[in-house]
Amino acid sequence: MTAISMSSPRAIAWPAILKEAAMTAFVALLLTIPLVGLRTVDRPTGLGLETRWNEVAAAVGLVFLGRLGLCLIREGHAVTVLVLAAAATAAGFFIAMPTEALRVILIAGGAVIAIRAILAIRTGRSKLSQAERDKRMDHIAAQVQHASRWLGPIAVVVALAFPFTPLADRQLLDIGILLLTYVMLGWGLNIVVGLAGLLDLGYVAFYAVGAYSYALLAHYFGFSFWVCLPLAGFLAAMSGVLLGFPVLRLRGDYFAIVTLGFGEIIRIILINWYQFTGGPNGISGIPRPSFFGLADFTRTPAEGTAAFHEMFGLEFSPLHRIIFLYYLILALALVVNLFTMRVRKLPLGRAWEALREDDIACASLGINRTNMKLAAFAIAAMFGGFAGSFFATRQGFISPESFTFIESAIILAIVVLGGMGSQIGVVVAAFLVIGLPEAFRELADYRMLAFGMGMVLIMLWRPRGLLAHRDPTILLHGRPKGGSGGPAAGTAAAGGQGIAGGSAK
Amino acid sequence: MTTHSMTTTPLLTVEHLTMRFGGLVAVNDVSFAANNGEITAIIGPNGAGKTTLFNCITGFYTPTVGRLTLRHSDGKEFLLERMPGYRISQKASVARTFQNIRLFGGMSVLENLIVAQHNKLIRASGFSIAGLLGLPSYTKTEREAVDLAKYWLDRVRLLEFADWEAGNLPYGAQRRLEIARAMCTEPVMLCLDEPAAGLNPRESGELADLLTYIRDAHKIGVLLIEHDMSVVMSISDHVVVLDYGRKISDGDPAFVKNDPAVIRAYLGEEEDEELPVEIKADLPEVAKRAEEGA
Repeated sequence: MTAISMSSPRAIAWPAILKEAAMTAFVALLLTIPLVGLRTVDRPTGLGLETRWNEVAAAVGLVFLGRLGLCLIREGHAVTVLVLAAAATAAGFFIAMPTEALRVILIAGGAVIAIRAILAIRTGRSKLSQAERDKRMDHIAAQVQHASRWLGPIAVVVALAFPFTPLADRQLLDIGILLLTYVMLGWGLNIVVGLAGLLDLGYVAFYAVGAYSYALLAHYFGFSFWVCLPLAGFLAAMSGVLLGFPVLRLRGDYFAIVTLGFGEIIRIILINWYQFTGGPNGISGIPRPSFFGLADFTRTPAEGTAAFHEMFGLEFSPLHRIIFLYYLILALALVVNLFTMRVRKLPLGRAWEALREDDIACASLGINRTNMKLAAFAIAAMFGGFAGSFFATRQGFISPESFTFIESAIILAIVVLGGMGSQIGVVVAAFLVIGLPEAFRELADYRMLAFGMGMVLIMLWRPRGLLAHRDPTILLHGRPKGGSGGPAAGTAAAGGQGIAGGSAK
Repeated sequence: MTTHSMTTTPLLTVEHLTMRFGGLVAVNDVSFAANNGEITAIIGPNGAGKTTLFNCITGFYTPTVGRLTLRHSDGKEFLLERMPGYRISQKASVARTFQNIRLFGGMSVLENLIVAQHNKLIRASGFSIAGLLGLPSYTKTEREAVDLAKYWLDRVRLLEFADWEAGNLPYGAQRRLEIARAMCTEPVMLCLDEPAAGLNPRESGELADLLTYIRDAHKIGVLLIEHDMSVVMSISDHVVVLDYGRKISDGDPAFVKNDPAVIRAYLGEEEDEELPVEIKADLPEVAKRAEEGA
């Protein structure tokens, strides 16, 4: 046991601790030399290498100190370490650092070690076991799940009120729209991955089909956004069925690979069908949405159409359209959420979850697996299509560049990170995956590094996703009072496929 | 062969069923009949082809040769070997359980039983459209489904665990839940693949009571694979014995128990008599080949 008594810290075995910290720092050195120390730059003479030894030294130094801190916590000096770590965090905030990266590492590292020290002081142990950590996180997830009853409506009200707060400038509204787009895509993909348990790596294909449906219909036939929105959903759903028929007989990894291929096929078609889709140049001048076909968001609208600001007697502001787009994507996202919440209580949703748990048992109960999976695929694709046509009208320009595999990966990361099947988890994860990089724009160089590190940490600490917790969709005895012996309190809905690489089954 | 089941029209008739996997003949020309309101046990040593036979009947395998006819009491006939897997449960009303329990572990006990009534419910929910709109017809059907689930939960003594996660139940309870789930599909024939495996004697006794109750109160046919002879002999009306994919005996428990062929299959005999004639004929050649190989 690692239990230690706080009152009488042992004498510190400095040589052992220093050796351990040095070893860790050495590993960090090996990793940071290629990852951080070398950088390729485009020079007129060709590709050149730039070295960044300062950053390497800083990173190695911080790792050394961090490990030292962890060792000291283990040895019973948690309070000292806490003070030092808090000081380091504060230093990161207030003292100018040579690079932004150093600052963030200092703040984050200091905070993590401080948290560990606090945990050690509170529990008398330097480390929680995996099972304990799981239990705690499960508990939190369950609490959040139950809290989402009132948290959800509050969040919706806050989101509705947001554009009218003084905070809402152009940039924040744009980030809000981006976030909501990913929340919507996450909720859409959650139907396939979280409920039906089918690992879809090509969700972005349906997003692309939706976006190009609108762009092309508007380009060739001049259809308006409001006509194209349902059409885009329909076409995306059809492409979902088209993909679904041949591949739904596959399972697990094979299924994932085929969907991955499908995503690439759509993108490559878009690039190569130059005459029709404009190829890599994309399509520009996609019409902006009107106010439900009644009014335009321009200062001087064309003949025969009203202007939004005149209609409501407002002063013209370019923000009106942004706010309208914000509400539009909020409404679309809420439709997806409402659908999922309702369908979970219907035979269709229950059949999806049953398929995720055990599809052979489903067949023995007379459930037509193909139809159920096709339905999941088509519905999720339809929502992807809606989001796609929204994306097209917001950007005004689309090209195949916007629909690369990394988009699929990000959406999937949001779903898995949030906890498969958890609606509120998707929102939290979207804030983490989309919101944080937007907040730390200056660190763009380290974005993928931080993204990968975050993923590794989540997989280590919480392989089933942050808020993976499933409540039964129907209860016989009502909600239990308090903890012990309660139903379904333990393991959450870990997908049978073990997508999260977790300890499923 | 006995004429045990020839008196009435049987529920299930298996004729010349053969299942080959490449060169391996898992089930070889097996014919028998199972009656309504009877428990038909299929027994045999390990690897005798019992589960393969089950998988053919419940549509998980398509038999290589043979005919499987299921007759409902209203006279409708179903040729099971021609139906895709899920239709056998949906249309022909054959339900089954699995040797290694296959519950929906992450879902609650009650949800497991509701999913079993999927086909009834999805029709009532207008393929989800009426359900999404919250129409009353669906609410009513769902309430009935919950009532049926409650009835079976009560029968298998799991009512108080209804809201538990199925995967968290103890082993014996999971076995019972699987039977309850199969019964919630309202089958005319229930196929149980080793339901007593891993149960202690008290639980096996309860299982036997449950199965006789299902047979007597619901008048359905029960097809049972089981190794626990105390269960088989006490509750079966009819026993079919398989060995190496062939049927070696067929009759009531008393007859089968004393059948020399069955005793030979279970207890063995002197060594050279165990080998079939054709293998014996091959022996010198095999020995010769082995010699050449060396």
